Amino acid sequence: MVPLSWYVTLSSTLFLIGLVGVLVRRNIVIVLLCVEIMLNAVNINFVAFSKYQHVIDAQIFVFFVITVAAAEVAVGLGIIIALFRLRETINIDEFNILKL
Amino acid sequence: MLPYVLIPLLPLVGFLIVGIFWPYFRGKGHWITVPLVSLSAVLSVRAFLDTLNGPPLHFVLYNWIQSGHFSVSISIMIDHLTAAMLVMVTVVSSLVHLYTVGYMKDDSGYDRFFSYISLFTFAMIILLISDNLLELFFGWEGVGFCSYILIVHWYERRPSWMAANKAFIMNRIGDFGFLLGIFLTYNVFGTLDYDSIFRQIPQHLHDTVFPFSAFHSPESASVLTVIALLLFVGAVGKSAQIPLHPWLPDAMEGPTPISALIHAATMVTAGIFMIARLSPIYDASPTALMVVGWTGAITAFVAATIALTQRDIKKIVAYSTMSQLGYMVMACGIGAYGAGIFHLLTHGFFKALLFLAAGSVIHSLSGEQDIFRMGGLSKYMKLTFVTMLLGSLALSGIPPFAGYFSKDLILSDAFNAGPRGQIFWAIGLVTALLTAFYTFRLIFLVFTGKQNFSNDGHHGHAPHESPLVMTIPLIILSLGAVFAGWAGDHYDIIGYLSQSMSVPNSLEISGISDGSLKMISVLAGVLGIAIAFFFYGRPSGIPLALSNAFRPLYSLSRNKWFFDEIYDAVFTRPVIFLSYILWREVDKGVIDMVVNGIASSCQMAGASLRRLQTGQLQNYALVMALGLFGMVSIFIFMK
Repeated sequence: MVPLSWYVTLSSTLFLIGLVGVLVRRNIVIVLLCVEIMLNAVNINFVAFSKYQHVIDAQIFVFFVITVAAAEVAVGLGIIIALFRLRETINIDEFNILKL
Repeated sequence: MLPYVLIPLLPLVGFLIVGIFWPYFRGKGHWITVPLVSLSAVLSVRAFLDTLNGPPLHFVLYNWIQSGHFSVSISIMIDHLTAAMLVMVTVVSSLVHLYTVGYMKDDSGYDRFFSYISLFTFAMIILLISDNLLELFFGWEGVGFCSYILIVHWYERRPSWMAANKAFIMNRIGDFGFLLGIFLTYNVFGTLDYDSIFRQIPQHLHDTVFPFSAFHSPESASVLTVIALLLFVGAVGKSAQIPLHPWLPDAMEGPTPISALIHAATMVTAGIFMIARLSPIYDASPTALMVVGWTGAITAFVAATIALTQRDIKKIVAYSTMSQLGYMVMACGIGAYGAGIFHLLTHGFFKALLFLAAGSVIHSLSGEQDIFRMGGLSKYMKLTFVTMLLGSLALSGIPPFAGYFSKDLILSDAFNAGPRGQIFWAIGLVTALLTAFYTFRLIFLVFTGKQNFSNDGHHGHAPHESPLVMTIPLIILSLGAVFAGWAGDHYDIIGYLSQSMSVPNSLEISGISDGSLKMISVLAGVLGIAIAFFFYGRPSGIPLALSNAFRPLYSLSRNKWFFDEIYDAVFTRPVIFLSYILWREVDKGVIDMVVNGIASSCQMAGASLRRLQTGQLQNYALVMALGLFGMVSIFIFMK
């Protein structure tokens, strides 16, 4: 049986990949995808611990996360399209209008 | 009780109605205030008649302040002294109200003016009817404030507000001493009610205080002396005694009715009234009495010498007021409070008369105040001339007019009050001569001789007699100037007043009889008038020759003994200079720097922190991630 630490290592790695992607990539679509990777890293953690601790709650939680993630992607992509129409770019550095 | 409450209340109501709704009156303000104040005068006369045959009236209206053992009530106390004063104040006030209708006609501040003189009347009545020092102080401050606000009536003119500020500041200096006196009174007696204070005086006769302990001086003084002198500082300010007098002549910048009401007949007498009211305290302190007497005597003399050479008609009358106030204070200083108050009452009538007549002259010449640019006016304004002549005769102490009885009473009381009193008598006699001289100098220059005014100054037509609303008060007041003294003498006003004041100690009988004393002072008055006639009654070169021969004396008198210049150099300029330095160095240098420094350091901090807000999402995310790592690391490693 695969030890728990492997799962945790995998999920940490995925999470870090996602995090670095969010921090360094300039393409906003890639950033959104990286957020998804981070979510899925969390999902792996949930499922792994659920299996090892024999608790079913975490697996139910995963479904919620997947559902929310789907909704989030839909909203996120919608925002990106709106932004693209506004700015004609998907470079995240251009989206600095939060600064006054 | 109600009629007595109405005496102060009616002027207050008049003030409130006209003061609040003045934009709606448009020159009709006198329809409210004149009847109300006149009614108040009628009620005062009634109160006076009540006290003639009855005991003093005393009502407590309500408890004003109650804190621990400190208790002050608002009350009405009309004893003999107050009743006599009330009649004078309210009668003169209502006559001045009436006169104002004519004098201030077409003035832009007409209704405002009426509301303020009513407020003044109210404050003065409160001052008179109080039965404790705090209520007195309320009236005291009230009249001071009204004086300020009325001097500054023509506030666009620089001399007006300069004079008003001067009056207010000088009075504040006096009031500060007065307030300290009240504090010390409360500290010593534990109460501010006159009756309780007077009852306790014998217990405190030998108490001492160390007034200069702040300067590590072991000097001790009788506590009653200190109280009396501190209260007297207030009287010096209010009654324009040297050295706090320069505000009074300057106050003549205000409209003439105000000069008559406030700066001649009523407010300036508040100091003398206060001394007479607190006569038991003053009687208990010979030192204080000596200071009071000398202050009065010096003021009487100095003011008379200044009045000799002034050219402004109102300034002359103002200095004569100051001189007469000096007489009254001097009378108090020899313990002759009754004589002082008697002179105050008669003076109230004839001095108000002189001012109103002078106002009538100024009115008819459209604001001309220089007596050397008048002359020959008796032809044009007979009524003003006759009334002013009566007032001047009263002021000069010529029998049988008012001033003769009261002034000569002061002089003979002074003569009979020991060696110091005889010095005062001599000063008073010289002053009486000077008074007669400058008063008739004014009469001769203004009403006789050749006309020195230019007709084109007055729309090109000759001066005219004033309207009836202005001459009726003159006539009534001249009745007072003629008969008040005789009436007071005949009906024994001194005996009446002494029911509420301490009477002078049995006077030593001196070598000279009363009759010849009176003879001497009348002679002094006649001599003054005669000199005035030879100098100014006919064309003469004597005044010019004299002023050239005694150039330094002339300049001393002409420049009012240089009081203004000395105060300017000693107090005003250093204070202004110090203020300037403080403004530039402390205010701008220190305070502004601290305030501006705090503001600009906040600004700088904001400017540098602002760079954190890049608007770049990834920067925020990085910070979040770092923070998360930080927190997790703390959680793991610190555990």
